[in-house]
Amino acid sequence: MTGTPLAAPVAGADADTAAAAHAETDAAVVTHAHADAVAATHTETDAAAESDADADADADPGRTADAVAPGREIFLPVGARRRTPLGTIRRRLRWPLGIYTTPVLLLVAWQILSGTGVLSAAYAPAPSAIVANAVDLWRQGVLGPDLAVSLRRAGLGLALGLTVGVTAGVLGGLLRRGEYLFNGVVQVLNTVPLLAVLPLMIVWFGIGETTKVLLISFGAGVPMYLNLFAAIRGVDQRLIEMARTTGAGTWRLVSRVLVPGALPGFLVGLRFSLAYSVLGLVAAETVNADQGLGFLITQGQTYLQTGQVFVGLAVYSLLGLLADQFVRILERVLLRWRPGYEAS
Amino acid sequence: MNVTVATRSRRQAAVRVDQAVRRFGDRVVLDHLDLAVDEDELVVLLGPSGCGKSTLLRLLAGLDRPDGGRVEVPARRAIVFQGDRLLPWQRVLRNVTLGLRGPDAERRGREALAEVGLSGRERAWPKELSGGEAQRVSLARALVAEPELVLLDEPFAALDAITRLRMHGLVRGLRGRHHAAMLLVTHDVDEAIALADRIVVMSDGRIGTSRLVRLSDTDREASAAREELRSALLDDLGLAGRR
Repeated sequence: MTGTPLAAPVAGADADTAAAAHAETDAAVVTHAHADAVAATHTETDAAAESDADADADADPGRTADAVAPGREIFLPVGARRRTPLGTIRRRLRWPLGIYTTPVLLLVAWQILSGTGVLSAAYAPAPSAIVANAVDLWRQGVLGPDLAVSLRRAGLGLALGLTVGVTAGVLGGLLRRGEYLFNGVVQVLNTVPLLAVLPLMIVWFGIGETTKVLLISFGAGVPMYLNLFAAIRGVDQRLIEMARTTGAGTWRLVSRVLVPGALPGFLVGLRFSLAYSVLGLVAAETVNADQGLGFLITQGQTYLQTGQVFVGLAVYSLLGLLADQFVRILERVLLRWRPGYEAS
Repeated sequence: MNVTVATRSRRQAAVRVDQAVRRFGDRVVLDHLDLAVDEDELVVLLGPSGCGKSTLLRLLAGLDRPDGGRVEVPARRAIVFQGDRLLPWQRVLRNVTLGLRGPDAERRGREALAEVGLSGRERAWPKELSGGEAQRVSLARALVAEPELVLLDEPFAALDAITRLRMHGLVRGLRGRHHAAMLLVTHDVDEAIALADRIVVMSDGRIGTSRLVRLSDTDREASAAREELRSALLDDLGLAGRR
Protein backbone atom coordinates (compact mmCIF):
# COMPACT_ATOMS: atom_id res chain seq x y z
CA MET A 1 0.00 0.00 0.00
CA THR A 2 1.42 3.29 -1.00
CA GLY A 3 -1.57 5.63 -0.53
CA THR A 4 -2.35 7.57 2.63
CA PRO A 5 -6.21 7.53 2.74
CA LEU A 6 -6.27 4.84 5.46
CA ALA A 7 -4.50 7.14 7.86
CA ALA A 8 -6.13 10.40 6.81
CA PRO A 9 -8.87 11.51 9.22
CA VAL A 10 -11.71 12.31 6.82
CA ALA A 11 -15.19 12.88 8.28
CA GLY A 12 -17.05 9.84 9.71
CA ALA A 13 -18.73 7.31 7.45
CA ASP A 14 -17.27 8.85 4.30
CA ALA A 15 -13.80 8.06 5.53
CA ASP A 16 -14.71 4.45 6.20
CA THR A 17 -16.19 3.89 2.78
CA ALA A 18 -13.30 5.67 1.14
CA ALA A 19 -10.81 3.55 3.00
CA ALA A 20 -12.73 0.38 2.24
CA ALA A 21 -12.93 1.25 -1.42
CA HIS A 22 -9.25 1.97 -1.48
CA ALA A 23 -8.43 -1.28 0.24
CA GLU A 24 -10.58 -3.16 -2.23
CA THR A 25 -8.90 -1.68 -5.27
CA ASP A 26 -5.51 -2.33 -3.74
CA ALA A 27 -6.40 -5.94 -3.03
CA ALA A 28 -7.62 -6.31 -6.59
CA VAL A 29 -4.37 -4.94 -7.92
CA VAL A 30 -2.34 -7.28 -5.75
CA THR A 31 -4.33 -10.34 -6.80
CA HIS A 32 -4.06 -9.35 -10.40
CA ALA A 33 -0.31 -8.89 -10.19
CA HIS A 34 0.07 -12.24 -8.50
CA ALA A 35 -2.03 -13.95 -11.14
CA ASP A 36 0.22 -12.43 -13.77
CA ALA A 37 3.30 -13.71 -12.00
CA VAL A 38 1.82 -17.20 -11.77
CA ALA A 39 0.94 -17.18 -15.44
CA ALA A 40 4.38 -15.96 -16.39
CA THR A 41 6.47 -18.35 -14.35
CA HIS A 42 4.53 -21.53 -13.70
CA THR A 43 4.44 -24.42 -16.10
CA GLU A 44 1.44 -26.70 -16.19
CA THR A 45 2.98 -29.25 -13.81
CA ASP A 46 3.72 -26.46 -11.35
CA ALA A 47 0.09 -25.39 -11.48
CA ALA A 48 -0.98 -28.97 -10.75
CA ALA A 49 1.36 -29.08 -7.76
CA GLU A 50 -0.14 -25.83 -6.53
CA SER A 51 -3.67 -27.17 -6.65
CA ASP A 52 -2.44 -30.15 -4.60
CA ALA A 53 -1.01 -27.74 -2.08
CA ASP A 54 -4.35 -25.91 -1.97
CA ALA A 55 -6.08 -29.16 -1.19
CA ASP A 56 -3.68 -29.65 1.73
CA ALA A 57 -4.20 -26.13 2.94
CA ASP A 58 -7.18 -26.89 5.18
CA ALA A 59 -5.24 -29.69 6.83
CA ASP A 60 -2.60 -27.14 7.90
CA PRO A 61 -4.30 -24.53 10.10
CA GLY A 62 -1.43 -22.04 9.57
CA ARG A 63 -2.19 -21.68 5.89
CA THR A 64 -4.93 -19.46 4.60
CA ALA A 65 -6.82 -19.53 1.37
CA ASP A 66 -5.10 -16.33 0.22
CA ALA A 67 -2.21 -16.74 -2.14
CA VAL A 68 1.06 -15.89 -0.44
CA ALA A 69 3.90 -14.47 -2.47
CA PRO A 70 7.07 -16.59 -2.34
CA GLY A 71 9.47 -15.54 0.42
CA ARG A 72 6.67 -13.91 2.44
CA GLU A 73 4.79 -15.03 5.52
CA ILE A 74 1.43 -13.83 6.73
CA PHE A 75 0.36 -14.02 10.38
CA LEU A 76 -3.28 -13.73 11.30
CA PRO A 77 -5.12 -14.00 14.62
CA VAL A 78 -5.73 -17.59 15.66
CA GLY A 79 -9.49 -17.05 15.54
CA ALA A 80 -9.31 -15.83 11.95
CA ARG A 81 -8.54 -19.30 10.58
CA ARG A 82 -11.11 -20.71 8.26
CA ARG A 83 -13.42 -22.81 10.45
CA THR A 84 -15.04 -25.66 8.65
CA PRO A 85 -17.18 -28.15 10.62
CA LEU A 86 -14.84 -30.88 9.41
CA GLY A 87 -11.77 -28.99 10.70
CA THR A 88 -13.37 -28.52 14.13
CA ILE A 89 -14.12 -32.23 14.43
CA ARG A 90 -10.62 -33.09 13.28
CA ARG A 91 -9.06 -30.72 15.82
CA ARG A 92 -11.14 -32.19 18.62
CA LEU A 93 -10.32 -35.74 17.58
CA ARG A 94 -6.59 -35.16 17.41
CA TRP A 95 -5.82 -35.42 21.15
CA PRO A 96 -9.22 -35.82 22.77
CA LEU A 97 -7.88 -37.08 26.12
CA GLY A 98 -4.61 -35.18 26.35
CA ILE A 99 -1.75 -37.36 27.54
CA TYR A 100 -4.14 -40.27 28.13
CA THR A 101 -4.96 -40.58 24.44
CA THR A 102 -2.19 -43.08 23.66
CA PRO A 103 -2.76 -45.31 26.71
CA VAL A 104 -6.49 -45.42 26.00
CA LEU A 105 -5.88 -46.17 22.31
CA LEU A 106 -3.53 -49.01 23.31
CA LEU A 107 -6.16 -50.40 25.68
CA VAL A 108 -8.81 -50.27 22.97
CA ALA A 109 -6.49 -52.02 20.50
CA TRP A 110 -5.70 -54.64 23.14
CA GLN A 111 -9.40 -55.21 23.79
CA ILE A 112 -10.10 -55.62 20.09
CA LEU A 113 -7.17 -58.00 19.56
CA SER A 114 -8.32 -60.12 22.51
CA GLY A 115 -11.91 -60.06 21.38
CA THR A 116 -11.01 -61.26 17.88
CA GLY A 117 -8.88 -64.04 19.33
CA VAL A 118 -5.53 -62.75 18.02
CA LEU A 119 -4.26 -62.52 21.62
CA SER A 120 -4.77 -65.70 23.61
CA ALA A 121 -6.37 -65.22 27.02
CA ALA A 122 -3.64 -67.45 28.54
CA TYR A 123 -0.98 -64.89 27.60
CA ALA A 124 -2.88 -61.64 28.06
CA PRO A 125 -6.54 -61.46 29.02
CA ALA A 126 -8.58 -58.60 27.61
CA PRO A 127 -8.71 -55.36 29.63
CA SER A 128 -12.39 -56.00 30.31
CA ALA A 129 -11.49 -59.44 31.70
CA ILE A 130 -8.82 -57.86 33.91
CA VAL A 131 -11.35 -55.40 35.29
CA ALA A 132 -13.82 -58.22 35.89
CA ASN A 133 -11.06 -60.20 37.59
CA ALA A 134 -10.19 -57.23 39.78
CA VAL A 135 -13.85 -56.84 40.80
CA ASP A 136 -13.96 -60.58 41.59
CA LEU A 137 -10.84 -60.41 43.70
CA TRP A 138 -12.22 -57.35 45.51
CA ARG A 139 -15.50 -59.16 46.25
CA GLN A 140 -13.59 -62.17 47.55
CA GLY A 141 -11.90 -59.81 50.00
CA VAL A 142 -8.43 -60.41 48.58
CA LEU A 143 -7.59 -57.27 46.64
CA GLY A 144 -8.76 -54.73 49.23
CA PRO A 145 -6.62 -55.88 52.16
CA ASP A 146 -3.64 -56.57 49.86
CA LEU A 147 -3.87 -53.06 48.46
CA ALA A 148 -4.15 -51.60 51.95
CA VAL A 149 -1.07 -53.50 53.10
CA SER A 150 0.89 -52.35 50.05
CA LEU A 151 -0.20 -48.75 50.45
CA ARG A 152 0.78 -48.77 54.12
CA ARG A 153 4.23 -50.08 53.22
CA ALA A 154 4.64 -47.52 50.45
CA GLY A 155 3.43 -44.72 52.73
CA LEU A 156 5.76 -45.67 55.57
CA GLY A 157 8.70 -46.17 53.23
CA LEU A 158 8.04 -42.86 51.47
CA ALA A 159 7.65 -40.98 54.75
CA LEU A 160 10.93 -42.34 56.04
CA GLY A 161 12.83 -41.98 52.75
CA LEU A 162 11.56 -38.46 52.02
CA THR A 163 12.26 -37.29 55.58
CA VAL A 164 15.85 -38.51 55.43
CA GLY A 165 16.29 -37.41 51.82
CA VAL A 166 14.89 -33.92 52.38
CA THR A 167 16.76 -33.36 55.65
CA ALA A 168 20.07 -34.52 54.21
CA GLY A 169 19.41 -32.65 50.96
CA VAL A 170 18.70 -29.38 52.75
CA LEU A 171 21.73 -29.71 55.03
CA GLY A 172 23.94 -30.78 52.13
CA GLY A 173 22.64 -27.99 49.92
CA LEU A 174 22.95 -25.22 52.50
CA LEU A 175 26.12 -26.18 54.34
CA ARG A 176 29.55 -27.12 53.09
CA ARG A 177 29.85 -29.55 56.03
CA GLY A 178 26.55 -31.14 55.12
CA GLU A 179 27.83 -31.69 51.60
CA TYR A 180 30.99 -33.39 52.89
CA LEU A 181 28.96 -35.47 55.31
CA PHE A 182 26.33 -36.82 52.94
CA ASN A 183 27.38 -36.40 49.34
CA GLY A 184 29.96 -39.18 49.11
CA VAL A 185 27.72 -41.74 50.78
CA VAL A 186 24.68 -40.94 48.67
CA GLN A 187 26.65 -40.92 45.44
CA VAL A 188 27.88 -44.42 46.30
CA LEU A 189 24.38 -45.55 47.28
CA ASN A 190 23.01 -44.12 44.05
CA THR A 191 25.09 -46.54 41.97
CA VAL A 192 24.01 -49.55 44.06
CA PRO A 193 21.00 -51.20 42.39
CA LEU A 194 17.91 -51.44 44.55
CA LEU A 195 17.45 -55.11 43.78
CA ALA A 196 21.03 -55.97 44.73
CA VAL A 197 20.51 -54.58 48.25
CA LEU A 198 17.47 -56.77 48.82
CA PRO A 199 19.32 -60.03 49.74
CA LEU A 200 21.55 -58.09 52.12
CA MET A 201 18.58 -56.45 53.80
CA ILE A 202 16.90 -59.82 54.22
CA VAL A 203 20.04 -61.07 55.98
CA TRP A 204 20.13 -57.98 58.19
CA PHE A 205 16.48 -57.33 58.94
CA GLY A 206 14.80 -60.64 58.15
CA ILE A 207 11.87 -61.08 55.81
CA GLY A 208 9.48 -58.94 57.85
CA GLU A 209 8.07 -55.50 57.28
CA THR A 210 11.30 -53.70 58.22
CA THR A 211 13.08 -54.89 55.09
CA LYS A 212 10.24 -53.89 52.84
CA VAL A 213 9.81 -50.42 54.33
CA LEU A 214 13.57 -49.79 54.31
CA LEU A 215 13.87 -50.87 50.69
CA ILE A 216 11.13 -48.46 49.66
CA SER A 217 12.62 -45.63 51.68
CA PHE A 218 16.02 -46.34 50.14
CA GLY A 219 14.46 -46.05 46.69
CA ALA A 220 12.70 -42.81 47.63
CA GLY A 221 15.43 -41.12 49.68
CA VAL A 222 18.38 -41.27 47.29
CA PRO A 223 16.83 -39.44 44.30
CA MET A 224 15.28 -36.88 46.63
CA TYR A 225 18.66 -36.07 48.19
CA LEU A 226 20.44 -35.83 44.83
CA ASN A 227 17.84 -33.60 43.22
CA LEU A 228 17.32 -31.35 46.23
CA PHE A 229 21.07 -30.91 46.71
CA ALA A 230 21.55 -29.96 43.07
CA ALA A 231 18.51 -27.66 43.17
CA ILE A 232 19.68 -25.71 46.22
CA ARG A 233 23.20 -25.38 44.83
CA GLY A 234 21.71 -24.34 41.51
CA VAL A 235 19.85 -21.30 42.88
CA ASP A 236 21.17 -18.23 41.09
CA GLN A 237 24.17 -16.88 43.03
CA ARG A 238 23.30 -13.33 41.95
CA LEU A 239 19.93 -13.59 43.70
CA ILE A 240 21.58 -14.85 46.89
CA GLU A 241 24.05 -11.96 46.72
CA MET A 242 21.20 -9.52 46.17
CA ALA A 243 19.23 -10.87 49.14
CA ARG A 244 22.27 -10.46 51.39
CA THR A 245 22.67 -6.81 50.36
CA THR A 246 19.06 -5.99 51.26
CA GLY A 247 19.84 -6.87 54.86
CA ALA A 248 17.69 -10.01 54.83
CA GLY A 249 18.76 -12.43 57.54
CA THR A 250 19.65 -16.08 57.12
CA TRP A 251 16.06 -17.18 57.72
CA ARG A 252 14.73 -14.79 55.06
CA LEU A 253 17.44 -15.97 52.68
CA VAL A 254 16.48 -19.60 53.20
CA SER A 255 12.72 -19.13 53.20
CA ARG A 256 12.37 -16.58 50.40
CA VAL A 257 15.30 -17.35 48.12
CA LEU A 258 16.73 -20.82 48.56
CA VAL A 259 13.60 -22.87 49.28
CA PRO A 260 11.40 -21.38 46.53
CA GLY A 261 14.36 -21.38 44.15
CA ALA A 262 14.95 -25.06 44.81
CA LEU A 263 11.26 -26.03 44.47
CA PRO A 264 11.35 -27.04 40.80
CA GLY A 265 14.26 -29.38 41.55
CA PHE A 266 12.47 -30.67 44.64
CA LEU A 267 9.46 -31.59 42.53
CA VAL A 268 11.67 -33.44 40.07
CA GLY A 269 13.10 -35.33 43.05
CA LEU A 270 9.59 -36.07 44.31
CA ARG A 271 8.61 -37.48 40.94
CA PHE A 272 11.59 -39.85 40.99
CA SER A 273 11.03 -40.73 44.64
CA LEU A 274 7.42 -41.72 44.07
CA ALA A 275 8.32 -43.78 41.01
CA TYR A 276 11.22 -45.53 42.77
CA SER A 277 9.14 -46.21 45.84
CA VAL A 278 6.66 -48.13 43.69
CA LEU A 279 9.66 -49.96 42.20
CA GLY A 280 10.92 -50.75 45.70
CA LEU A 281 7.43 -51.89 46.65
CA VAL A 282 7.37 -54.35 43.74
CA ALA A 283 10.86 -55.64 44.54
CA ALA A 284 10.13 -56.02 48.24
CA GLU A 285 6.76 -57.68 47.81
CA THR A 286 7.66 -60.10 45.06
CA VAL A 287 10.22 -61.74 47.34
CA ASN A 288 9.05 -63.13 50.67
CA ALA A 289 5.63 -61.69 51.17
CA ASP A 290 2.44 -63.27 52.44
CA GLN A 291 0.29 -60.21 51.86
CA GLY A 292 0.21 -57.28 49.49
CA LEU A 293 0.05 -56.70 45.74
CA GLY A 294 3.38 -58.41 45.10
CA PHE A 295 2.11 -61.49 46.91
CA LEU A 296 -0.99 -61.37 44.74
CA ILE A 297 1.21 -61.39 41.64
CA THR A 298 3.52 -64.16 42.90
CA GLN A 299 0.49 -66.23 43.80
CA GLY A 300 -1.02 -65.68 40.37
CA GLN A 301 2.26 -66.72 38.78
CA THR A 302 2.45 -69.88 40.88
CA TYR A 303 -1.07 -70.98 40.00
CA LEU A 304 -0.83 -69.80 36.36
CA GLN A 305 -3.53 -67.19 37.00
CA THR A 306 -2.41 -64.69 34.35
CA GLY A 307 -5.44 -62.56 35.06
CA GLN A 308 -4.44 -62.13 38.68
CA VAL A 309 -0.90 -61.11 37.63
CA PHE A 310 -2.38 -58.52 35.34
CA VAL A 311 -4.63 -57.16 38.09
CA GLY A 312 -1.53 -56.63 40.24
CA LEU A 313 0.32 -54.94 37.38
CA ALA A 314 -2.67 -52.74 36.60
CA VAL A 315 -2.88 -51.58 40.22
CA TYR A 316 0.84 -50.80 40.26
CA SER A 317 0.55 -48.74 37.09
CA LEU A 318 -2.47 -46.92 38.48
CA LEU A 319 -0.44 -46.05 41.58
CA GLY A 320 2.28 -44.67 39.30
CA LEU A 321 -0.30 -42.64 37.39
CA LEU A 322 -1.79 -41.24 40.62
CA ALA A 323 1.68 -40.27 41.87
CA ASP A 324 2.34 -38.42 38.62
CA GLN A 325 -0.98 -36.60 38.83
CA PHE A 326 -0.21 -35.63 42.42
CA VAL A 327 3.11 -34.05 41.43
CA ARG A 328 1.45 -32.30 38.49
CA ILE A 329 -1.06 -30.65 40.80
CA LEU A 330 1.74 -29.62 43.16
CA GLU A 331 3.63 -28.09 40.24
CA ARG A 332 0.59 -26.18 39.12
CA VAL A 333 0.09 -24.72 42.59
CA LEU A 334 3.70 -24.14 43.63
CA LEU A 335 5.19 -22.96 40.34
CA ARG A 336 2.56 -20.40 39.41
CA TRP A 337 5.26 -17.78 38.98
CA ARG A 338 6.64 -19.55 35.95
CA PRO A 339 4.92 -18.13 32.89
CA GLY A 340 4.02 -20.76 30.34
CA TYR A 341 4.95 -23.55 32.70
CA GLU A 342 2.07 -25.65 31.45
CA ALA A 343 3.35 -25.58 27.91
CA SER A 344 6.90 -26.69 28.69
CA MET B 1 32.57 28.73 34.89
CA ASN B 2 30.35 25.99 36.27
CA VAL B 3 32.87 23.20 36.16
CA THR B 4 35.75 23.14 38.56
CA VAL B 5 38.21 20.52 39.65
CA ALA B 6 37.01 19.46 43.05
CA THR B 7 38.98 19.67 46.23
CA ARG B 8 38.40 17.36 49.18
CA SER B 9 35.09 18.14 50.79
CA ARG B 10 34.89 19.48 54.29
CA ARG B 11 31.48 17.94 54.99
CA GLN B 12 31.12 14.57 56.68
CA ALA B 13 31.86 11.73 54.31
CA ALA B 14 29.40 8.86 53.82
CA VAL B 15 32.01 6.84 51.98
CA ARG B 16 35.71 6.93 52.68
CA VAL B 17 38.14 4.80 50.74
CA ASP B 18 41.83 5.08 51.62
CA GLN B 19 44.54 3.53 49.51
CA ALA B 20 42.35 0.57 48.50
CA VAL B 21 44.12 -2.18 46.61
CA ARG B 22 42.45 -5.10 44.84
CA ARG B 23 44.28 -7.65 42.76
CA PHE B 24 43.03 -10.55 40.68
CA GLY B 25 46.07 -12.76 40.18
CA ASP B 26 48.81 -10.56 38.74
CA ARG B 27 46.38 -7.90 37.56
CA VAL B 28 46.07 -4.92 39.87
CA VAL B 29 42.54 -3.62 39.38
CA LEU B 30 42.49 -1.04 42.16
CA ASP B 31 45.86 0.58 42.78
CA HIS B 32 45.88 2.57 46.01
CA LEU B 33 42.60 4.26 45.21
CA ASP B 34 41.20 7.12 47.30
CA LEU B 35 37.59 8.23 47.20
CA ALA B 36 35.21 10.13 49.44
CA VAL B 37 31.50 10.66 48.92
CA ASP B 38 29.67 13.21 51.06
CA GLU B 39 26.32 12.73 52.68
CA ASP B 40 23.53 13.55 50.25
CA GLU B 41 25.94 13.73 47.33
CA LEU B 42 25.47 11.89 44.04
CA VAL B 43 28.83 10.89 42.63
CA VAL B 44 29.04 9.31 39.21
CA LEU B 45 31.96 6.98 38.65
CA LEU B 46 32.80 7.09 34.98
CA GLY B 47 35.16 4.84 33.13
CA PRO B 48 35.48 2.41 30.25
CA SER B 49 34.56 -1.25 30.63
CA GLY B 50 37.02 -3.24 32.70
CA CYS B 51 38.59 -0.26 34.44
CA GLY B 52 37.64 -1.48 37.90
CA LYS B 53 34.41 0.47 38.45
CA SER B 54 32.37 -2.54 39.40
CA THR B 55 35.19 -3.93 41.54
CA LEU B 56 35.21 -0.72 43.54
CA LEU B 57 31.44 -0.83 43.87
CA ARG B 58 31.55 -4.41 45.16
CA LEU B 59 34.11 -3.35 47.77
CA LEU B 60 31.79 -0.57 48.91
CA ALA B 61 28.86 -2.97 49.01
CA GLY B 62 30.79 -5.38 51.18
CA LEU B 63 30.46 -8.13 48.58
CA ASP B 64 34.24 -8.25 48.23
CA ARG B 65 37.20 -7.41 50.48
CA PRO B 66 40.20 -5.23 49.61
CA ASP B 67 43.71 -6.69 49.46
CA GLY B 68 45.05 -3.53 51.01
CA GLY B 69 43.94 -0.17 52.35
CA ARG B 70 40.70 0.68 54.09
CA VAL B 71 37.04 1.03 53.07
CA GLU B 72 34.52 2.74 55.33
CA VAL B 73 30.82 2.80 54.46
CA PRO B 74 27.53 3.15 56.36
CA ALA B 75 25.98 -0.08 57.62
CA ARG B 76 22.65 0.93 56.05
CA ARG B 77 23.34 0.71 52.37
CA ALA B 78 21.57 -0.67 49.34
CA ILE B 79 22.54 -1.69 45.83
CA VAL B 80 20.79 -1.45 42.51
CA PHE B 81 22.39 -4.00 40.24
CA GLN B 82 22.75 -3.90 36.50
CA GLY B 83 20.13 -6.59 36.06
CA ASP B 84 16.97 -6.18 38.12
CA ARG B 85 17.75 -9.33 40.19
CA LEU B 86 14.15 -9.75 41.27
CA LEU B 87 13.10 -13.07 42.77
CA PRO B 88 10.90 -14.55 40.04
CA TRP B 89 8.92 -16.62 42.57
CA GLN B 90 7.87 -13.67 44.70
CA ARG B 91 5.32 -11.08 43.75
CA VAL B 92 6.51 -7.50 43.28
CA LEU B 93 5.59 -6.31 46.78
CA ARG B 94 7.35 -9.23 48.48
CA ASN B 95 10.43 -8.48 46.39
CA VAL B 96 10.47 -4.94 47.69
CA THR B 97 9.98 -5.93 51.34
CA LEU B 98 12.61 -8.70 51.18
CA GLY B 99 14.95 -7.00 53.66
CA LEU B 100 12.28 -5.34 55.81
CA ARG B 101 11.07 -6.43 59.23
CA GLY B 102 8.20 -5.29 61.34
CA PRO B 103 4.45 -4.89 61.01
CA ASP B 104 4.61 -1.82 58.75
CA ALA B 105 6.85 -3.53 56.17
CA GLU B 106 4.00 -3.97 53.73
CA ARG B 107 2.86 -0.35 54.01
CA ARG B 108 6.41 0.88 53.43
CA GLY B 109 6.76 -1.44 50.46
CA ARG B 110 3.58 -0.04 48.92
CA GLU B 111 4.81 3.51 49.47
CA ALA B 112 8.14 2.75 47.84
CA LEU B 113 6.36 1.24 44.85
CA ALA B 114 4.14 4.30 44.61
CA GLU B 115 7.22 6.51 44.58
CA VAL B 116 8.59 4.75 41.51
CA GLY B 117 5.17 4.93 39.84
CA LEU B 118 4.18 1.30 40.23
CA SER B 119 1.10 1.55 42.44
CA GLY B 120 -1.31 -1.21 41.58
CA ARG B 121 1.40 -3.57 40.37
CA GLU B 122 2.10 -5.00 43.86
CA ARG B 123 0.67 -8.41 43.02
CA ALA B 124 2.34 -8.80 39.62
CA TRP B 125 4.96 -11.48 39.06
CA PRO B 126 8.37 -10.08 38.06
CA LYS B 127 8.23 -11.90 34.72
CA GLU B 128 5.13 -9.92 33.81
CA LEU B 129 7.04 -6.62 34.04
CA SER B 130 8.85 -4.75 31.31
CA GLY B 131 12.57 -4.07 31.69
CA GLY B 132 12.00 -0.53 32.90
CA GLU B 133 9.31 -1.57 35.39
CA ALA B 134 11.53 -4.32 36.79
CA GLN B 135 14.39 -1.88 37.28
CA ARG B 136 11.99 0.52 39.01
CA VAL B 137 11.02 -2.28 41.40
CA SER B 138 14.67 -2.87 42.20
CA LEU B 139 15.05 0.88 42.79
CA ALA B 140 12.10 0.72 45.21
CA ARG B 141 13.67 -2.31 46.91
CA ALA B 142 16.88 -0.32 47.42
CA LEU B 143 15.15 2.81 48.77
CA VAL B 144 12.51 1.17 50.98
CA ALA B 145 14.92 0.64 53.89
CA GLU B 146 15.94 4.35 53.87
CA PRO B 147 19.63 3.60 53.32
CA GLU B 148 22.37 6.15 53.98
CA LEU B 149 24.23 5.01 50.88
CA VAL B 150 22.82 3.77 47.59
CA LEU B 151 25.19 2.07 45.16
CA LEU B 152 24.03 1.85 41.56
CA ASP B 153 25.97 -0.45 39.25
CA GLU B 154 25.16 0.60 35.68
CA PRO B 155 21.49 0.37 36.63
CA PHE B 156 20.07 1.67 33.37
CA ALA B 157 22.59 0.20 30.92
CA ALA B 158 20.22 -2.51 29.73
CA LEU B 159 17.28 -0.15 29.16
CA ASP B 160 16.29 1.55 25.93
CA ALA B 161 17.12 5.22 25.47
CA ILE B 162 13.60 6.52 26.18
CA THR B 163 13.15 4.46 29.34
CA ARG B 164 16.62 5.52 30.47
CA LEU B 165 15.69 9.19 30.21
CA ARG B 166 12.53 8.53 32.26
CA MET B 167 14.62 6.74 34.88
CA HIS B 168 16.98 9.72 35.09
CA GLY B 169 14.00 11.93 35.83
CA LEU B 170 12.80 9.44 38.43
CA VAL B 171 16.19 9.36 40.17
CA ARG B 172 16.31 13.16 40.31
CA GLY B 173 12.84 13.20 41.83
CA LEU B 174 13.70 10.52 44.39
CA ARG B 175 16.76 12.45 45.55
CA GLY B 176 14.49 15.19 46.79
CA ARG B 177 12.76 12.78 49.17
CA HIS B 178 15.54 10.42 50.17
CA HIS B 179 18.60 11.94 51.70
CA ALA B 180 21.25 9.41 50.90
CA ALA B 181 24.69 9.47 49.39
CA MET B 182 24.63 7.85 45.98
CA LEU B 183 27.40 6.38 43.92
CA LEU B 184 26.41 5.54 40.37
CA VAL B 185 28.72 3.60 38.12
CA THR B 186 28.32 4.11 34.38
CA HIS B 187 30.19 4.24 31.10
CA ASP B 188 27.67 6.68 29.65
CA VAL B 189 28.94 10.28 29.66
CA ASP B 190 25.48 11.72 29.02
CA GLU B 191 24.02 9.78 31.94
CA ALA B 192 26.81 11.11 34.14
CA ILE B 193 26.07 14.70 33.15
CA ALA B 194 22.32 14.21 33.59
CA LEU B 195 22.58 13.02 37.18
CA ALA B 196 25.84 13.87 38.90
CA ASP B 197 26.77 16.36 41.59
CA ARG B 198 30.31 15.27 40.93
CA ILE B 199 31.81 13.09 38.23
CA VAL B 200 34.95 11.11 38.92
CA VAL B 201 36.80 9.40 36.10
CA MET B 202 38.66 6.18 36.80
CA SER B 203 41.85 5.27 35.05
CA ASP B 204 44.65 2.84 35.82
CA GLY B 205 42.94 1.66 38.99
CA ARG B 206 42.72 5.10 40.52
CA ILE B 207 40.47 8.11 40.48
CA GLY B 208 41.88 10.25 37.71
CA THR B 209 39.96 13.52 37.64
CA SER B 210 37.06 14.73 39.72
CA ARG B 211 34.70 17.38 38.39
CA LEU B 212 31.95 19.13 40.29
CA VAL B 213 28.82 19.66 38.23
CA ARG B 214 26.86 22.77 39.11
CA LEU B 215 24.35 22.91 36.30
CA SER B 216 20.61 23.45 36.46
CA ASP B 217 18.37 20.71 35.15
CA THR B 218 17.75 22.56 31.91
CA ASP B 219 21.44 23.34 31.46
CA ARG B 220 22.18 19.65 31.87
CA GLU B 221 20.05 18.92 28.85
CA ALA B 222 21.48 21.51 26.51
CA SER B 223 23.87 24.37 27.14
CA ALA B 224 27.34 25.54 26.26
CA ALA B 225 28.57 24.56 29.72
CA ARG B 226 27.22 21.05 29.24
CA GLU B 227 29.10 20.66 25.97
CA GLU B 228 32.23 22.00 27.61
CA LEU B 229 31.89 19.47 30.44
CA ARG B 230 31.18 16.69 27.99
CA SER B 231 34.27 17.34 25.93
CA ALA B 232 36.35 17.64 29.09
CA LEU B 233 35.06 14.25 30.25
CA LEU B 234 35.75 12.66 26.89
CA ASP B 235 39.22 14.13 27.15
CA ASP B 236 39.59 12.56 30.62
CA LEU B 237 38.55 9.23 29.16
CA GLY B 238 41.14 9.56 26.39
CA LEU B 239 38.45 9.98 23.76
CA ALA B 240 39.16 13.58 22.78
CA GLY B 241 38.03 14.60 19.30
CA ARG B 242 35.57 11.69 19.02
CA ARG B 243 32.42 13.49 20.02
